[in-house]
Amino acid sequence: MSQTERQPALLEAQHLEKRYGDQLVLERLSFRVERGEFVTLVGASGCGKTTFLKLLLGTERISRGSLRLDGRPLPDEPGPDRGVVFQKYSVFPHLSVLGNVTMAEELARSPLLGKLYGAARRRARDNAVARLTEVGLAGALEKYPHELSGGMQQRLAIAQALMMKPRILLLDEPFGALDPGIRQDMHGLITRLWREQQLTIFMITHDVKEAFALGTRLWVFDKVRHDPQAPNAYGATITYDLPVGAQQRPPEALVERLDATGRFHPTSQETLT
Amino acid sequence: MKRLINIRPSRGGRWLLGALPFVLLGLVYLGLSRARLAASPNERLLPAPSTMLETFHQLATEASVRTGTIPLWGDTLASLERLGLGVAISALIGLTIGLLTGGLPLLRAKLSPLVTVLSLVPPMAILPVLFIAFGTGEMAKVALIVIGVTPFLIRDLQSHALRLPDEQLIKAQTLGANSWQVLLRVLLPQLTPRLLASTRLALGSAWLFLIAAEAIAAQDGLGYRIFLVRRYLAMDVILPYVAWITLLAFLLDRALARVSQRAFPWYHAEEGDAS
Repeated sequence: MSQTERQPALLEAQHLEKRYGDQLVLERLSFRVERGEFVTLVGASGCGKTTFLKLLLGTERISRGSLRLDGRPLPDEPGPDRGVVFQKYSVFPHLSVLGNVTMAEELARSPLLGKLYGAARRRARDNAVARLTEVGLAGALEKYPHELSGGMQQRLAIAQALMMKPRILLLDEPFGALDPGIRQDMHGLITRLWREQQLTIFMITHDVKEAFALGTRLWVFDKVRHDPQAPNAYGATITYDLPVGAQQRPPEALVERLDATGRFHPTSQETLT
Repeated sequence: MKRLINIRPSRGGRWLLGALPFVLLGLVYLGLSRARLAASPNERLLPAPSTMLETFHQLATEASVRTGTIPLWGDTLASLERLGLGVAISALIGLTIGLLTGGLPLLRAKLSPLVTVLSLVPPMAILPVLFIAFGTGEMAKVALIVIGVTPFLIRDLQSHALRLPDEQLIKAQTLGANSWQVLLRVLLPQLTPRLLASTRLALGSAWLFLIAAEAIAAQDGLGYRIFLVRRYLAMDVILPYVAWITLLAFLLDRALARVSQRAFPWYHAEEGDAS
């Protein structure tokens, strides 16, 4: 192997495997993801997308193989190097919009109280206001999450997640609960932030068109091996790893295939727990 | 014809409907009291409202010869002090332990079984133990309230902490929070309004324990007075005292509800309640 190839990728997996007891969820997962990629993950429900995201977050451990961030094994608990936006419950209901976004800086700079006062507080506030202006929430600084619409809550969650400048940003169906019009706005927002701040993003979605429109790389999770006698014996893996872009249209065959697999799992609203 | 489940009283109508049972109860009492008093004027069991008012006025204005204090105010002050102290201590312990066991699985594994068992001990059954341990002073009465109320608060707060979405805990960690900061900035602020709500529920039992303890050993207090005059069948003291206690309990409950709504509007929006 040459020296250039030994250069660690931002995120690299080798022969990764995840099992719960004797149920194999993910198997034979190997990939390299470089800085600045926008990876969209699609696949039928129950095929391990969410498990994969939990592995990246650190709430679940890998069972075999390796998963490295910047060349180091991924820690097995969540940390500030990996930001996340869930479909819901991503923001703190007891804090105002401003409070939600200043929290990151307060936690970093005040280990004991987790709160800032005086000049430090004003600085944190200014930073937060800048971030909130980027996502279009400058007019709602003092509002609480329950006073915001679903789209605005997700904007807040994105602004909050970006405060720590995470190495990778994980999005778990962030727009799944939003109206189509709002969804379009959010697509524009996330694309702009991704370009401006050179983020590396992993996004789970059920919407294949969304996956094609937003990502630079599309992963399809599916099981390639089936044993009808033992449905748990084989896990899912990345069956397609496609370079995509806004200009490209999803191949009809793929869309049909995903729709077909999706139909076997009518409860498609899985969330991370 | 509209379905019954869809018929809602107007605002004024609601007041009227709410007041109706009270008026009916009052009328029934008046009728019974009048009938009995007509049969024997010295009847003590169902005193006329005027007698009760007079006695109550006397209790609230005239100092007792024996102690030199005005009974009603002395009793009220003593009882509220015990109740307030007991409930405050319970709330503090409940919040601290509920926060810790709700947030730290290690502590939960250690403490939860103990709390569950302790909450099943009938507090009244260990009242003699408290009297033996603390004497018959203030301490035993406050301790009874604390022992009776705290396990409930701990369990309620712990389960509320466990019901908070995991997403929030994960999110806080991705923002760089350490364990202490998660407890302090995520769990504590969300448990505080819950504490107010469960304290409101616990006040009922707190009153029960207070009055029971006062009935058995005390020199003053609302419960003491009621059980003292019971020997003379002094219903003209007991009934106004009961009404007075009810009023105090109602005011306390409303005050806590008001504080909670003022201080934690987001909590009430989330729970979707208006009370």
